[in-house]
Amino acid sequence: MDDFIAARSQMALSLGFHIIFSCIGMVMPFFMAVSHYYWLKTRDITYKNITKAWSKGVAIFFATGAVSGTVLSFELGLLWPEFMKHAGPIFGMPFSLEGTAFFIEAIALGFFLYGWDRFNPWFHWFTGVIVGVSGLLSGILVVAANGWMNSPAGFDYVNGQYINIDPIKAMFNDAWFSQALHMSIAAFAATGFAVAGVHALMILKGKNILFHSKSFKIAAIFGTVAAVLQPLSGDISAKDVAQRQPAKLAAMEAHFKTEEKASLIIGGIPDEESQTVKYAIKIPGALSYLAHGDFNTEVTGLDKIPKENHPPVAITHYAFQIMVGMGMLMMLVSVLYFIGIWKKKKWLGTKWLLKLFVASTPLGFIAVEAGWTVTEVGRQPWIIYGVMRTADAVTPMPGIVYSFYLFTAVYLSLSVIVAFMLYRQIKMVGKLYDTPGHN
Amino acid sequence: MLYVVIIFLWTAILLYLLMGGADFGAGIVELFTSEKNLNRTRKTMYRAIGPIWEANHMWLIIAIVILFVGFPDIYTTMSVHLHIPLLIMLLGIIARGTAFTFRHYDAVVDDMQHIYNRIFVYSSFITPLFLGIIAASAVSGQINPNASTFEEAYIASWLNWFSVAVGFFTVSICGFLAAVYIIGETDNDLDKRRFMQKARFMNIAAFACGALVFIAAHFEGIPLVDWVFGDIVGITAIAAATISLVVFWRLLNQGKTRILRILAGFQVSMILLTTTYRHFPNIVILKNGDYLSLLEHRGHDKTIEALAWALLLGSLFILPALGYLIYSFQKKASETVMH
Ligand code: HDD
Ligand code: HEM
Ligand code: HEM
Repeated sequence: MDDFIAARSQMALSLGFHIIFSCIGMVMPFFMAVSHYYWLKTRDITYKNITKAWSKGVAIFFATGAVSGTVLSFELGLLWPEFMKHAGPIFGMPFSLEGTAFFIEAIALGFFLYGWDRFNPWFHWFTGVIVGVSGLLSGILVVAANGWMNSPAGFDYVNGQYINIDPIKAMFNDAWFSQALHMSIAAFAATGFAVAGVHALMILKGKNILFHSKSFKIAAIFGTVAAVLQPLSGDISAKDVAQRQPAKLAAMEAHFKTEEKASLIIGGIPDEESQTVKYAIKIPGALSYLAHGDFNTEVTGLDKIPKENHPPVAITHYAFQIMVGMGMLMMLVSVLYFIGIWKKKKWLGTKWLLKLFVASTPLGFIAVEAGWTVTEVGRQPWIIYGVMRTADAVTPMPGIVYSFYLFTAVYLSLSVIVAFMLYRQIKMVGKLYDTPGHN
Repeated sequence: MLYVVIIFLWTAILLYLLMGGADFGAGIVELFTSEKNLNRTRKTMYRAIGPIWEANHMWLIIAIVILFVGFPDIYTTMSVHLHIPLLIMLLGIIARGTAFTFRHYDAVVDDMQHIYNRIFVYSSFITPLFLGIIAASAVSGQINPNASTFEEAYIASWLNWFSVAVGFFTVSICGFLAAVYIIGETDNDLDKRRFMQKARFMNIAAFACGALVFIAAHFEGIPLVDWVFGDIVGITAIAAATISLVVFWRLLNQGKTRILRILAGFQVSMILLTTTYRHFPNIVILKNGDYLSLLEHRGHDKTIEALAWALLLGSLFILPALGYLIYSFQKKASETVMH
């Protein structure tokens, strides 16, 4: 592995790790706010227990998210100094606002976690909501920064100089909205499904049914509503990508030849040498429709793009297929769940529906990782699309391979510990929260 | 507007040193606590720093964001040449933050606690050590942009007596801040006296490390004496710190916790002021005599302006909320102590 690949892998690893924690940090506070609300309204102790149990989980995730985020803000410079030198002042606006959002989040979390029985209950509840809102806001802001890398704006690039800088314009670049929308919904879908899956498993095991049924319901509603909305926002994203990054769209779809009535390619193995896709299902005209809203429009293929600007096609294509596949599965489960709620009440308690949710536990997070792979690998070879190449941005320091190994080891062990602690939290639910009236 | 940004940068560094420092110090104090008192020490410290510890570390992030948005040349030069100490510091931050949370939130209390404690304590030591090393290396002309070998470019830039001495000095300051802070958080006389003792010990350690810094500077040929005593601001600040130290020792025996905290904070602020004032506006000095200046190597005007507004706007939200957080938990803590 050379240093350049190592730097890219280390960045991908750190971001892929951080995104899991940030999704949970953004979304769980909303789940907690709901159960906390029920507790304050109904005085049903189960809801208080749920809120408390969840908040302990969130504290673990939050700390891990915070340290991995801190690492990221240094890593941008450690790995990509040439990029940060020029990009920092341009796309820094969302980061400086994000600092505020994080700060508020951390302060509110302090109030929330340590504020039980210390403050007015509704003030306490409100601090929990603030944790969620500011978390979501910081997520949107970082994604706006990432949007700028996909769709640079707010400066002129003349003879290698970055001039006429406008940080506000840079923040509201063309990609920010579609990406932020898609990411926010993704966080709800992924976290909702993951949490619902865990509680469904506990119900199936016959443990603390009351506690887990109520938790399941809150998480499942958030997750399923988001999962139904997600393909819609994905469609907005795809149309957007078709406009601003035709190379990425072509790689996503393994669309080698520019053509009208372009067919949508599902599955298959792209071969970059021969510019063909083997074993794929093709739906004529569908790609034109998805990309431009018309079955006849021309869709730019990789043949129109200079070879040295091609992103890796296979990875991007597979990742896209995985994301969409997961999205479809989640939507299916959601629709079944809605039918259960509205039409067939007796479905809700059945084993098969719960089992379906258990099986869906990781789907959302797999889709999130795959989606980011599409976005980031699909942007290659550019770090700032059309302006700076990733290879020109990397640090001159040799030996990044070792730092990559080190980070891999650290993140692996952290994941193991977090999983282990979560397992212990869940196992203790019975002991801590079983007897009614105990808290 | 540039000065607004610079003031925020300095304040963020100071607050990180004070609050994050006290936070690291909690682990350092733990490192120097005998086995039999460990549990009580841990409990007291947890009560004191638990609610605000997350916020303490935000100052570092603010400082970094200010650097990379407003002063990208400074951020990237440090990132490249101080890659290794930054990496070690990051590992320290990861280890410490997670161990602290894990040990508190692990639902089952067993042998794992022992491991979390170990990690917490050692990383509390290593992180400020490397923070000190990084800061010292940046300001003392160790970075060599024309280096031709790996050692020269990436090792010699930070591994030298002066930087290491400043690292230990930083560690001792953190321990000192924590010990002083915790005196006021104890709920009984015995603990109070124990922490007063710790504060004395840490203060002496800081003094010794400070002396080491001057000795190391002498051998490395760094004009530290001139930097510190070379102008009126430095002399005044050092004089003020020294006077406050005398007052501090007298008050320590009487256990006047609130004033002690203020004095300790004051001393550390004076140290930071002295060391940065003389350097201003150059925060990175290179081996070849060049320097990176906050005034010259800044981002574009529009960026600086936007950054300044973001910071001002942010503090409008943050400061009252943070103040209220600290106030509420102090009040509640003192109420529980009284009961
Ligand atoms: C629960 C997670 C999830 C699900 C079910 C989907 N996505 Fe997605 N997708 C993401 C999670 C995600 C993501 C991880 O959040 C990304 C990465 C960057 C971004 O903005 O969102 C993403 C990126 C992303 C992009 C690239 C955007 C860009 O580069 O700017 C496109 C075109 C789509 N998605 C399209 C879809 C479609 C058509 C879906 C249909 C089912 C879909 N996504 C489901
Ligand atoms: C958290 C969700 C994210 C994930 C999972 C993710 C994933 C990745 C991946 C897989 C790569 C490697 C691409 C390759 O080398 O082929 C990468 C690169 C990179 N990403 Fe992201 N990314 C995320 C968000 C962001 C955000 C929000 C930013 C910045 C604001 C960002 C900045 C970068 C940079 C600077 C690189 C390195 C340069 C490059 O390879 O183009 N990423 N990311
Ligand atoms: C799409 C990508 C990202 C999203 C959605 C995201 C979102 C979040 C969220 C919600 C948090 C709060 C912590 C938690 O609740 O666990 C967080 C923490 C953090 N993130 Fe990210 N982040 C992303 C990428 C990045 C990148 C690229 C950086 C750095 C350049 C970064 C820097 C940070 C920092 C410094 C923290 C710690 C803040 C604290 O202590 O509260 N994040 N992130």
